[in-house]
Amino acid sequence: MKNLFRAAAIAVPATLAASAPAMAQSLDQQINDGFANATGWFVSFIFSPFPGTTFPWIVAWLVIAATIFTVYFGLIQFRAFPHSISLVKGDYSDPNDAGEVSHFQALATALSGTVGLGNIAGVAVAVSIGGPGATFWMILAGLMGMASKFTECTLGVKYRNEYDDGTVSGGPMYYMTKGFAERGLPLGRFMAILFSVFCILGALGGGNMFQANQAHAQITNVVGEYPGWITGIVFAGIVFAVIVGGLKSIAKVTEKVVPIMGVMYVLTALVILLMNANMIGWAFGEIFRGAFTGAGVAGGMVGALIQGFKRAAFSNEAGVGSAAIAHSAVKTKEPITEGFVSLLEPFIDTVVICTMTALVIIITGQLIMDPSTGMYLLDEGASTIQTVDGNKGVALTSAAFSSAFPAFKYILAIAVILFAFSTMISWSYYGLKAWTFLFGEGHTKELVFKVIFCIFVIIGASASLGPVIDFSDAAIFAMAVVNIVALYCLMPVVKRELISYQSRLKSGEIAKFH
Amino acid sequence: MSRKIVVGYDGSKSAKAALDFSVSLAKAEGGSVVVAHVLEWSPYSFLTPEELEERHKRRGEELERAETAVLKPVVDQLSGSGIAVSTALKYGHITDTLCKIAKDEGADQIIIGRTGHSGLATRIFGSVAGSLAQAAPVPVTIVP
Repeated sequence: MKNLFRAAAIAVPATLAASAPAMAQSLDQQINDGFANATGWFVSFIFSPFPGTTFPWIVAWLVIAATIFTVYFGLIQFRAFPHSISLVKGDYSDPNDAGEVSHFQALATALSGTVGLGNIAGVAVAVSIGGPGATFWMILAGLMGMASKFTECTLGVKYRNEYDDGTVSGGPMYYMTKGFAERGLPLGRFMAILFSVFCILGALGGGNMFQANQAHAQITNVVGEYPGWITGIVFAGIVFAVIVGGLKSIAKVTEKVVPIMGVMYVLTALVILLMNANMIGWAFGEIFRGAFTGAGVAGGMVGALIQGFKRAAFSNEAGVGSAAIAHSAVKTKEPITEGFVSLLEPFIDTVVICTMTALVIIITGQLIMDPSTGMYLLDEGASTIQTVDGNKGVALTSAAFSSAFPAFKYILAIAVILFAFSTMISWSYYGLKAWTFLFGEGHTKELVFKVIFCIFVIIGASASLGPVIDFSDAAIFAMAVVNIVALYCLMPVVKRELISYQSRLKSGEIAKFH
Repeated sequence: MSRKIVVGYDGSKSAKAALDFSVSLAKAEGGSVVVAHVLEWSPYSFLTPEELEERHKRRGEELERAETAVLKPVVDQLSGSGIAVSTALKYGHITDTLCKIAKDEGADQIIIGRTGHSGLATRIFGSVAGSLAQAAPVPVTIVP
């Protein structure tokens, strides 16, 4: 703790802290405007709709990919589900490999990178723009995304680099280069470079600024308004202490507390749902009604669908390629086993946790409905549904949970900060892997990335939600554009692995150890 | 049939006492000793991405360190004693792993030293000696 405070003290120069709030607000405003201007073109390109429609091509891209993988691997996410659980439990792990990275550990680490604000704030954004119906599309996207995740994580392990000193590096950049070369396909190197560039942007956007932004929103929600750059500097200081100063203890504590927070979050949601058990049927009714009719939200049914798919992809990162980096360190002779394990990730993240959040928001009546028409009331801009007290993002989730347990506000604030922090640490690692792939390893080169990463923490906390969320989405989805092309090219490799593994599983060649 | 004894050994004072006791027993009965060292490990612990990346390397280093710092001195020390000495080095939960080693080696008994903890810590965390006594497939001797 002492180190933590020291780091914070160094990071917050006294002169800045003493400046007047008015000046600080204008600094926030300047950062916000500058940021929105600099990233606008990129955001509009990624989210540009099909000509003559309002449907962004990127959403179709993700949906089609997930559908193709689901069909190509014959509903693998449902067929392999029990086997995936067995693998995580260690039933198929050789006891002589004890001490290596287990399936459970790879899954837990990947999950702590994805379970986070997407599940808390992202879902709130989805239902306030897309209505309850967005939940249906979110769940569907989660279920389909399991097949995308399966594909990318199998490839991540299969084509990872294992170095002489025993460390491993894996991820889309490696399957793009090695996998493409193996299949005699062109442009592998080019795609790997493109992916790495987007991965760095994604790390700075969704993996960093969105987290800092929502952590700040959550803190102000509890302690009252104050300028975002203060939160930014404190956060940046702590992140700096961990990733540059090597304060592993902070990261370790977070890694241990985050899963506990995650379980607590789900349990609390369950308790709230049980307290309102009579309304669960109604809530699902709202979800279905909204999913197919739009139920008075701005974009109608398409709006609900776009929001659901967008936020699901943002939350579980299926098809994005980030998880392939985290999963590639596992010890296994069969790359496909990690694919099986990784397909649990979108399930836990989206189908379970995101759905819980959505149900709690809907059931606690945060979305204001016109009782006479049964339609949701829209705010002045007619883009989002009116909420109790006008809450948005994480504040909406916080209000929903607090309406059942007033003290939950504080617990959620702590959870959000920890989730945000662990996601930042995970993404700083993903970003660094992409950075070293581009520029090579070396202390100075890595330091440059880490410093840039910390600067973006400050920008993220200062900017307002709109530009940050747009850029975060755009960067993460840009990763998916490149990654999914690679997955299409390499999916026959995964199919071969799958057929071989299944036949050996059937013949008893691959058997349980316990 | 000669007796085979698994002795849990971590280099501590009480482990040395257990080892001495095992050796004298083996000598008297013409048995052999398996010096077992367990590296505490749970496949369900949480690791950071960097730790995942380096795990395989660290494992190699940990095994090497245990081999040279803990097991090798014992083997050297007992090489002239006339009894057959072998070693077992494993990762895992200490109690479970000792039981497994005893089973795999076909040992007749397990001998361990006791750490001397009592009271609150044991209430919360349990003791290796206590749980081994409950779970072991063969008789257990605890050396003070």
